[in-house]
Amino acid sequence: MELRSLTIDDARSTVQQRKASAVSLAESFYTKIQTDDPKIGAYLTLSKERAFAKAAEIDKLAEKGERLPPLGGVPVAIKDVMVTKGVRTTAGSKILGNYIPPYDCTAVSRLEAAGAIVLGKLNCDEFAMGSSNENSAWKPVHNPSDLSRVPGGSSGGAAAAVAADMAVAALGSDTGGSIRQPASFCGVVGLMPTYGRVSRYGLIAFASSLDHIGPLTKTVRDAATILGVIAGRDPMDSTSAEVPVPNYVGELEKPVSGLKIGVAKEYFGEGLDGEVRKAVEAAIQKLAGLGCEVVEVSLPHSKYAIPTYYIVATAEASSNLARFDGVRYGFRAPEAHTLSQMYRCTRDLGFGAEVKRRIMLGTYALSAGYYDAYYLKAQRVRTLLTRDFEDAFRKVDAIVTPTSPTAAFKLGEKVDDPLAMYLADIYTVTADLAGIPGISVPCGETRENLPIGLQILGKHFDEATILRVAHAYEMSREKSEVRSQSAEVNQHHSVT
Amino acid sequence: MKVTEKDVAYVADLANLELTQSERERMVRDLNSILEHIDSLNELDTTTVPPMAQISDRLGVDESRQGSERFAYASRDDLHEGLRKSLPHEVALANAPDTDRTFFEVPKVIER
Repeated sequence: MELRSLTIDDARSTVQQRKASAVSLAESFYTKIQTDDPKIGAYLTLSKERAFAKAAEIDKLAEKGERLPPLGGVPVAIKDVMVTKGVRTTAGSKILGNYIPPYDCTAVSRLEAAGAIVLGKLNCDEFAMGSSNENSAWKPVHNPSDLSRVPGGSSGGAAAAVAADMAVAALGSDTGGSIRQPASFCGVVGLMPTYGRVSRYGLIAFASSLDHIGPLTKTVRDAATILGVIAGRDPMDSTSAEVPVPNYVGELEKPVSGLKIGVAKEYFGEGLDGEVRKAVEAAIQKLAGLGCEVVEVSLPHSKYAIPTYYIVATAEASSNLARFDGVRYGFRAPEAHTLSQMYRCTRDLGFGAEVKRRIMLGTYALSAGYYDAYYLKAQRVRTLLTRDFEDAFRKVDAIVTPTSPTAAFKLGEKVDDPLAMYLADIYTVTADLAGIPGISVPCGETRENLPIGLQILGKHFDEATILRVAHAYEMSREKSEVRSQSAEVNQHHSVT
Repeated sequence: MKVTEKDVAYVADLANLELTQSERERMVRDLNSILEHIDSLNELDTTTVPPMAQISDRLGVDESRQGSERFAYASRDDLHEGLRKSLPHEVALANAPDTDRTFFEVPKVIER
């Protein structure tokens, strides 16, 4: 079975037409994982028993000639911050090293209800805190395009697994860019839906007002398919929105000509790598060529997004992570003789350096005497950042930017400088703060063959438009690549 | 320097962390560097800007209503039994480091 470029529709129709069984398809993926993952490090836990049971169920449907559900037989994998009943879930942390959840995350159960085969759980930065996957307590992830480089983070395992054909698609989570930035670094599609579009029930909380679940896939169409399955109100998450879910796949082919695409100069300033700029500008040209009207917009408060984010996110994290105390689940430090000593030793030994740094920063920002100066201030600036988008979206249908200021950096390059690492999220955090949807779609490579991502941001609950723009761009890019390859062949022929 | 080693010790105490001596030294350095960057927020006059705690404020809140009624969008109808089913006792205890099969067990809370 050829796994390279196998999309959701390919996998599903293979099983539907019984060219391969869902069980054998899952086996092919496990073989691939066994061979290739030791050098990449994308998986933390394989859920073979659960996968084969579900695959057998799908095969029965296919044998009976029944129409398979939209993800019928499709092998997927889940970032290890979403709980899976009976399958170890660690959030990339030692403190949950032995945690076996008693329930399923809504997004995961919706995938399975749509026929997906869950292969296993994917590596990530501890509690999704990081931009390089180097904060995983278990092992780093290597970028499949260049093993000496990071895959991005925090959904680094998810992006790498899809890029290396070790899953057809994956679910990741995005709090400051954690789906889009690794998608960009690994050359895959990553979609962060609107806040409230997808239930967060069963997502281990990092920053509750910023956390989003979304897909990482090989194509925009696959992202649309998965969003259609996981989106919609869930009574278990009161922040999940009662907003109708459109047919995202059906909307993909609508023409993009006439759409107004905003370009904000604040996303093309100091710090943007020259090759990334060139690729993104070429992509904007391509969108203009498809009939989009390119309009300059301003998002004047953009430079305040990172400081705002690192107060809001850490404040929420310090509160959310208070629950890890060694009492009800997870790791407990041995040899503590009082309750208070047990809490402290458990958290000291159970959390990694970055998680402790963020708990400390968040606790400081919420502490008496600093609350107004930091937390309340950041909440006010969050309003300004959101208004920037609201103003811009009165003029345009979508905004395009680079996903990340650079392509993938080297492992170890930024580990000693937390601030430099935080700045890797400079183009992604604002969408999380404003709650708007964003997608990263591959838009070329650097001279060193490192993938570059184009980010497309949209209005609240208007994923359909950004998916449509991303799809049109992806299609036009495929056509021109085929053209340039055949041009090379022609040149070659004329020389000989 | 905004944050001193004394501040770090105080905040660690609030956060139920102990931190080793070298972790504390590193924390003083890192927090100061990050807070220096965060201070740029003071360039903005936000006295008339309302704080935003979460996105749903903008998506569902009905400002024409009073009190918690404003957040009616986020409430759900009670399930038939009144409350959803709890986890069975043994399942809820299954991940605990220490139990007596009825309660979670922890080290002594009060020293004699």
